[in-house]
Amino acid sequence: MSSMEKTPLSETKEMQPLLKVRDFSLAFPQYENGFQETYIQVIRDFELSIYPGEIVAVVGSSGSGKSLLADSILGILPENAKTGGKIYFEGTRLTKRRQEQLRGNAISLIPQSVKALDPLMKTGKQVQSIVRDKKAKKRIQREAFQKLGLPANTDKKYPFELSGGMARRVLIATAMASEARLIIADEPTPGLDKKTLREILQNIKQLSENNRGIMFITHDIHAALKIADKIAVFYGGETLEIARKEDFSGDGENLRHPYTKALWRALPENDFKALKGNQPEAGRVPKGCVFEPRCPIATDFCKKNKPKSEIINNGMVRCFYA
Amino acid sequence: MTEAISKYWPLKRSGKRNRRKRALVFSGIAVALFLLLIASGFLIGQEGLRVNFDGAFSAPSLAHPFGTDWLGRDMFIRTVKGLALSFWVGLLAAFISAVIALLLSLLLLVNKTLDSLVTGLIDLFLAVPHIVSLILISFMLGGGLYGVVIAVALTHWPRLARLLRAEIMQIKNTEYIAVSRNLGKSWFWIAKHHILPHLIPQLAIGFILMFPHAILHEASITFLGFGLSSEQPAIGIILSEAMGYLSSGMWWLAVFPGLMLLLMVAVFDNLGRNLRKVFDPLKGQKQ
Amino acid sequence: MIKFILKKIGKLIGLLAAISILSFVLISYSPVDPVRSYIGAEIARISPEQQKNIEAYWGLDQSKPQQFLQWAKAVAQGNLGNSLIYRKPVSEIIIERFTASLALMGLAWLFSGVLGFFLGILGGMNEGSTLDRFIKTYCFILASTPAFWLGLLLLMFFASYLGWFPVGLASPAGILSEEVSFVDKINHLILPVLTLSIVGVAGIALHTREKLVEVLNSEFIRFARAKGESGMKLLWRHGLRNISLPAISLHFASFGELFGGAVLTEQVFSYPGLGQAVVKAGLGGDVPLLLGITLFSVVFIFFGNFMADLLYVAIDPRMKIKTVND
Repeated sequence: MSSMEKTPLSETKEMQPLLKVRDFSLAFPQYENGFQETYIQVIRDFELSIYPGEIVAVVGSSGSGKSLLADSILGILPENAKTGGKIYFEGTRLTKRRQEQLRGNAISLIPQSVKALDPLMKTGKQVQSIVRDKKAKKRIQREAFQKLGLPANTDKKYPFELSGGMARRVLIATAMASEARLIIADEPTPGLDKKTLREILQNIKQLSENNRGIMFITHDIHAALKIADKIAVFYGGETLEIARKEDFSGDGENLRHPYTKALWRALPENDFKALKGNQPEAGRVPKGCVFEPRCPIATDFCKKNKPKSEIINNGMVRCFYA
Repeated sequence: MTEAISKYWPLKRSGKRNRRKRALVFSGIAVALFLLLIASGFLIGQEGLRVNFDGAFSAPSLAHPFGTDWLGRDMFIRTVKGLALSFWVGLLAAFISAVIALLLSLLLLVNKTLDSLVTGLIDLFLAVPHIVSLILISFMLGGGLYGVVIAVALTHWPRLARLLRAEIMQIKNTEYIAVSRNLGKSWFWIAKHHILPHLIPQLAIGFILMFPHAILHEASITFLGFGLSSEQPAIGIILSEAMGYLSSGMWWLAVFPGLMLLLMVAVFDNLGRNLRKVFDPLKGQKQ
Repeated sequence: MIKFILKKIGKLIGLLAAISILSFVLISYSPVDPVRSYIGAEIARISPEQQKNIEAYWGLDQSKPQQFLQWAKAVAQGNLGNSLIYRKPVSEIIIERFTASLALMGLAWLFSGVLGFFLGILGGMNEGSTLDRFIKTYCFILASTPAFWLGLLLLMFFASYLGWFPVGLASPAGILSEEVSFVDKINHLILPVLTLSIVGVAGIALHTREKLVEVLNSEFIRFARAKGESGMKLLWRHGLRNISLPAISLHFASFGELFGGAVLTEQVFSYPGLGQAVVKAGLGGDVPLLLGITLFSVVFIFFGNFMADLLYVAIDPRMKIKTVND
């Protein structure tokens, strides 16, 4: 085990990554029995790199804490949150101050819910607020709307007058109107019908055209495979595997982690066999490998020791038996 | 509930629950202390209230912590006795009011006409300023102890009735009620077995929250002269007497009795709100 | 819009009719004898026949439904009858008294609204902080404070002890009302307004705080922050816009409590407003005045609720478009 070199994935590439996250952890304080304050770990040992023009999907079932990732990178976590590890943007460490300067500027968010639109403000104005150039903002907003196929009068409408698909496109337009080099799409496709889903995915793909990097947070592995270049599998607050899209094929023999394999096999067009059990709740994570309680190949060793991340076959994995 | 809150909700919840439980314990202790004071109000004899012109208008001292009035009566004893009276009037009135609210809201189960009559009555009562309806009713009853109890009881039920009605409406549409209906159970049976048990928390908390209001309104109309008569040891009477000595610098006549009234109202109000937060956290947040 | 207003007016008329009947029934069962309270202590000097005459003059010898019909007919024509204690038409008294009360209630309404809104924002912005907890506790204590007691304290401290203000009455005794100077009036208004303002703060402050906390935790604030908005600009653009309408609306809907507070405050400060008149009418058995003020207070509360609804219909785009489409 120890003979294997621990090499972060990012160092295998020459180009400088747009976003690099290393050993990131996130915890919230919790008051148990009275006044004692303990911390509840939501994310730990998270790592990820995104290169310009690349779409990296972070796939995890709901409750895995993936939505908090977006808040962490943007620096809009609640004040009591405690973070650890390092986040680099274009090679420089992201500090709180830098996050404040960059968000809405170099880093843009596509939020999960259409409720992210202020109910009492016209959509056009909401999109324009991300454009720093005061004179050009109207033009930029109109162009974005046009590109995304939104009717011209949409900017004069209030959010409640839009259909779900339109509101979603307005949210994407906000990212498009920005000068962001990194776009974090936080679960942008929940509950859409097939046609709208395809269009929205297309729109997100469109965003990456200008050499923008996209972090695509989703629980839908299907959607992820349609547009992403790399897939990071997020489970119980950790990255278990980062695989290329091509690895998801056949029986999943190119996949490295048993959880990823199980996910792949659970898809309807494959075996359609779901894995039993649930991922551990935040704060109730086992001491050893997070996946051990549900893992078909787990041993006693996995119970006691935590696997480190390693590079196998050009992908990252966190498993002793990969 | 907004989505962002629900995202952090599991993380916040346990901390909030603990804090709420602690707050509930504290307000429970405060209420217990007050009940002790009120109980002592019944046990204290009349000695302190004997007329003693030599000791009239004395400022607060160790012998008379709240001072004495123009007849030399001890203000502390008068205040405690007044609180005890207010307590019982409030308790009785709030109890009757809660019963009215429950009975009227249950009419929803009987038929539509009766129910719309009830909602009409609720609207009607809420359309008149509370104090005006209190004046009207105690005017009709000619004041006095019964007048106050009935006036307060008849004017506090609408909000609780509205709350209970909404609750019953919700329960009524659930499946198990439909099943019971199909089994041929009467509405009376259903109310007893399926609806009342669900209403009890709302009803109990509604009653506790109504109680301080009832006390406050009793004191108000007594102060205005519609309530308890001047022989009775009521806080409202004490304060309206104090009005006569405003410019004489005898501050203790008004300060302490009012302060104790405020404390009693606040303590029970606090208990009700904390109970609601612990037993009904989501609704508690909204109100 | 016109439909909305007409509907409301229809509702008001129904409400007034129902309340007229109900309060008339209530009052007619009162043990207070209007003739006795009209004549007062001199009742012993009046023969039973004379009493009968007065009763007949007022229509008291008729059956209750007849009395009601007569009264209702007169009211429908705008005639509220004559007050027994003031010996003037009720409508005249209401107008005169309400003008005085309006100054008191209007000012207190404004001050408590502004102060409450401000306190609510302070608390909501700093949710969970010591300042927030202080504001919350302060509001809860205020909600338990008897308005008349607070008035008494202020009167004792500022008027008797410091001597800054006169004790009671809206104008100095013994001076004709035309000669009362504006400064005098203001002088008599300050303490009652202060009392009523302090009492009125609690509701609006707690509501604003709650709403602001909710809004600040909302998805659209998160998104606005993600877009790079922050600080006062964020609060102004997305926070206040979303909480001010419900707050103003709530404040309009609180006319009932305002009126109740005014009744108690006017009593403490002997302020000659509508509240004092209703207390006098009740104590003196002045049935026409009591009924008149009751009806008036219903209209007053109704107006507040109407404004609250109207604000939504006129300002909130969600409601505006809905009513246009209806």
